[in-house]
Amino acid sequence: MAVNDRFVTQKSKSELQSGSEMQLTKKDFPWWMIAIGVVIVITFLMIQINPDFKDAFKIIRAGLGVTISTTLSAYSIAILLGLFIGLGRVSESVVWRNISTIYVEIIRGVPLMVLIFFIALVLIPGLTSIVSSLGEVLISWGIEDFGAKLAAVENKSISMNVRAIISLAITYAAFSAEIFRAGIQSVSQGQMEAARSQGLSRWQAMRYVILPQAIRNVLPALGNDLISMLKDSSLVSILAVRDITQVTRLYVGRSFKFAEAYSILCVLYLTLTLILSLCLKAIERKMQNERK
Amino acid sequence: MSENKTPMIEVKDLSKNFGVVEAVNGVSLKVFPKQVLVIIGPSGSGKSTLLRTMNWLEKPTEGEVIVDGVSLSENQHCINAIRSNIGMVFQSFNLYGHLTVTENITLALRIVKKIKKNEAKKIAMQQLTKVGIADKADYYPAQLSGGQQQRVAIARALAMEPKVMLFDEPTSALDPEMIKEVLDVMLLLVKDGMTMVIVTHEMGFAKAAADEVIFMDMGKIVERAAPEVFFENPSCERSKQFLSQILSH
Repeated sequence: MAVNDRFVTQKSKSELQSGSEMQLTKKDFPWWMIAIGVVIVITFLMIQINPDFKDAFKIIRAGLGVTISTTLSAYSIAILLGLFIGLGRVSESVVWRNISTIYVEIIRGVPLMVLIFFIALVLIPGLTSIVSSLGEVLISWGIEDFGAKLAAVENKSISMNVRAIISLAITYAAFSAEIFRAGIQSVSQGQMEAARSQGLSRWQAMRYVILPQAIRNVLPALGNDLISMLKDSSLVSILAVRDITQVTRLYVGRSFKFAEAYSILCVLYLTLTLILSLCLKAIERKMQNERK
Repeated sequence: MSENKTPMIEVKDLSKNFGVVEAVNGVSLKVFPKQVLVIIGPSGSGKSTLLRTMNWLEKPTEGEVIVDGVSLSENQHCINAIRSNIGMVFQSFNLYGHLTVTENITLALRIVKKIKKNEAKKIAMQQLTKVGIADKADYYPAQLSGGQQQRVAIARALAMEPKVMLFDEPTSALDPEMIKEVLDVMLLLVKDGMTMVIVTHEMGFAKAAADEVIFMDMGKIVERAAPEVFFENPSCERSKQFLSQILSH
């Protein structure tokens, strides 16, 4: 299994000499983290000292909730949908395999920003009009209560925030589907054979033998996806969703304080992604040790 | 062996093609209860494929496999139930890497046989004691040696109380000094009267344990005989050649 970091650092340098030369990557003291930390600290000091920075920060801060909640909810939906589609990619059924392949290929072939426009401004309005005309049909059949509810669904009734979440989730589901597929295929065929030979059904073998190992293998990749999602959530500003990017743009439009506002925006994203990646590293390390 | 009993495994005119490659070509055989059948032959002779059709891990192109009177091809709807009565041990152990030794054994007991957790644990401990590694019950497979892993795999198969055990080159992936511990466990099963079909390259074991030896080449059964006859006085030219190749060192 992978070399345990702690094991390496605990050894004295002389002992390591011969071994570390063979390693592809050497374990450095995390200077990079110190450097980024200094940038973050300086920015937050500026926010304390400089009134322009202070103003900008107060306004931009208001978008943090939207950024974080959009990211987290879109990511949770993406993971569930992605697992489903990933299972479809390795399904025994030709139909499921093809449907999920079409999904993945379409999403991967269109730029994220274009997809966000399409899903939010074409797909969802299309779906709402289908639902409301379905409601009209139900009313004409005499199913008044439920029909009226459906007919009342309008384009307006789905907020831009929700559309942004749906767009990100649909897009990232395709990415995580590929991660899950790769994870499932990384588990040796023998595991499936052993489980089937004991009388487990294909689904039971998947659920109890393959998936637990597959998910453990792809956890780092799924974590990276969360970080990417956090960054890509800035794209929802094109739907006028008031995340930190959008409120920064609005603030700059009024105040023309480009340097202050965009520096703070950069540092905010950097802080968030750094926190996330440290959390993910800790989880990975914990799992590595558990496996020992 | 008594020919009047119903066979535990019956293979009828079985063929298996992989594309244009004919792995198994018209093989028929019977394995009777408590019989130990050893299949030997050069690599690529179709012996593993033949073994794997016996629990439908490999779907035969033609022919029929009947286990304990039940035709596998006609009973696809309950293939899982049939498989739970057939223990299988693989060359590469195939222990579930994310589960401890005990959990490896209890998984199928709980899911397939619906046995309660404590009961399943008890069964696991019994089997582990039998194969001599009860002290490793809480280890993960990666922490065990190859021989220990294979013994766990045997315990895992035995825990299901199978009617027949299939061994697919169980010692081929092992270091020489670990082969004995696995063969010893298998001899224990022979003594217990377990019905077994074993694909192996261990000629000494075949000689000691087999009731019947089948020699396969090019997807066909070349010779079948009692081990003493086969190893001392093989009748076919191909068997003689094979034996001289592997026994020359």
